[in-house]
Amino acid sequence: MAKIKYIEFNGTEHEADVANGLSVMEGAIQNDIPGIDADCGGGMSCATCHVYINDDEWFKKLPEKEMGEDDMLDQAFEPKPNSRLSCQLIVSDDLEGLTVHMPEKQV
Amino acid sequence: MIKTDVVIIGAGPTGLFCAHQLGIIGLKCEIVDNLDKIGGQCIELYPDKPIYDIPAVPKCTGEELTNNLIEQIKPFNFNFHLSDRVQELKNENNKWLVKTLNGKEFETPNIVIAGGVGSFEPRKFPTKSAEKYDGKSVLYSIKDKTIFKDKSVVIFGGGDSALDWAIELSNSSKVTLVHRRDEFRGAPASVQKIKELSDNKTINLITKYSIKDVKGNGSLESVEIKSETGESKVIKADYVLGFFGLIMQLGPIAEWGLNLDKKTIPVNTENFETNKKGIFAIGDICTYPGKLKLILSGFHEGALAARGCFKYARPDEKYRFEFTTASSTIKDRLGVKE
Repeated sequence: MAKIKYIEFNGTEHEADVANGLSVMEGAIQNDIPGIDADCGGGMSCATCHVYINDDEWFKKLPEKEMGEDDMLDQAFEPKPNSRLSCQLIVSDDLEGLTVHMPEKQV
Repeated sequence: MIKTDVVIIGAGPTGLFCAHQLGIIGLKCEIVDNLDKIGGQCIELYPDKPIYDIPAVPKCTGEELTNNLIEQIKPFNFNFHLSDRVQELKNENNKWLVKTLNGKEFETPNIVIAGGVGSFEPRKFPTKSAEKYDGKSVLYSIKDKTIFKDKSVVIFGGGDSALDWAIELSNSSKVTLVHRRDEFRGAPASVQKIKELSDNKTINLITKYSIKDVKGNGSLESVEIKSETGESKVIKADYVLGFFGLIMQLGPIAEWGLNLDKKTIPVNTENFETNKKGIFAIGDICTYPGKLKLILSGFHEGALAARGCFKYARPDEKYRFEFTTASSTIKDRLGVKE
């Protein structure tokens, strides 16, 4: 279990306790947190669960992107160097306190 | 006006198998899809990616799955209406009158929405200023490449569309290719070609930059790009092309008075009918307690929705359950000779 903070583009903050093994994307969907669409349901084929990891320390601490994630991020709305797909961030105790920022929109 | 038993919206695996089930029980259907090819997400998003969870098929790609489904419904000779989109629905005397973007009209007692997550549309530039030139000098697809002759064209993107057009247009236009990172997701041979064209100065390749603004006075004059670290450059541009893949938009479906839960349509699990009589929803676009976004779930949903359609298409007949292994009627419909 880890407490994840989701911050919408307009600054609205949400916090959720997300069970280990779920993705950060699923944590948002299951808790009705707006700003993450996840059209494809976690298949890394749509780029609509795009988030920014603004804290550089956290960005480095997260597991590295697997093949294909950057290809999908090319197709996201305003990707930046600190962009991730939240469906690829699997929650474990190590993610306690992670904050993700949502882009202005997903599609 | 085409009269039919069912209009299926979406030619993905779920829509295709629903068509099969309709054919098996003796109903006719017409299939409409926004894409220019059959297969939906399978063909557009992952034609080469293996799928491992189709029952009794240990492994197949999105393209193979699509081809097999097309083969499976061949005996029924259903019509496909591709590169078209259902735009308007109207109910008249218990029939649905369906109008498409290209002006086709259908009259049907049943509509099956198998629309995935909506229709695919190109992702556009995030910059507001680009909207003004949308369709004129800011383009997301190319219909007539001759308009670019001897012009300055700035292409954004790192996939095959961006690379292929950069290579193609470099023969007759001044091409700049801009991509947000050093790696490209296009085919290795195209990436190699782009690097050669860049080395011999045929094209201007700029990486780790993205669009900031487009500028012009009536007509487009230049595009401003920004780097990750905030530096900006201005490039002369007669045309700006963006190739960022496709996004899915619910589109007109949202305006048909259906109950919606986010981007999905609640259905009952008996026949997958929505809150509107004669409108069914199956596959990724429908939702109900326990819904799984799996292709196999879509097949099940399509089979039940097809029986739901029977009731309205043949109100005076009783639906009789039959197995394909045993029924001579079904074998006739499939054109199987024994």
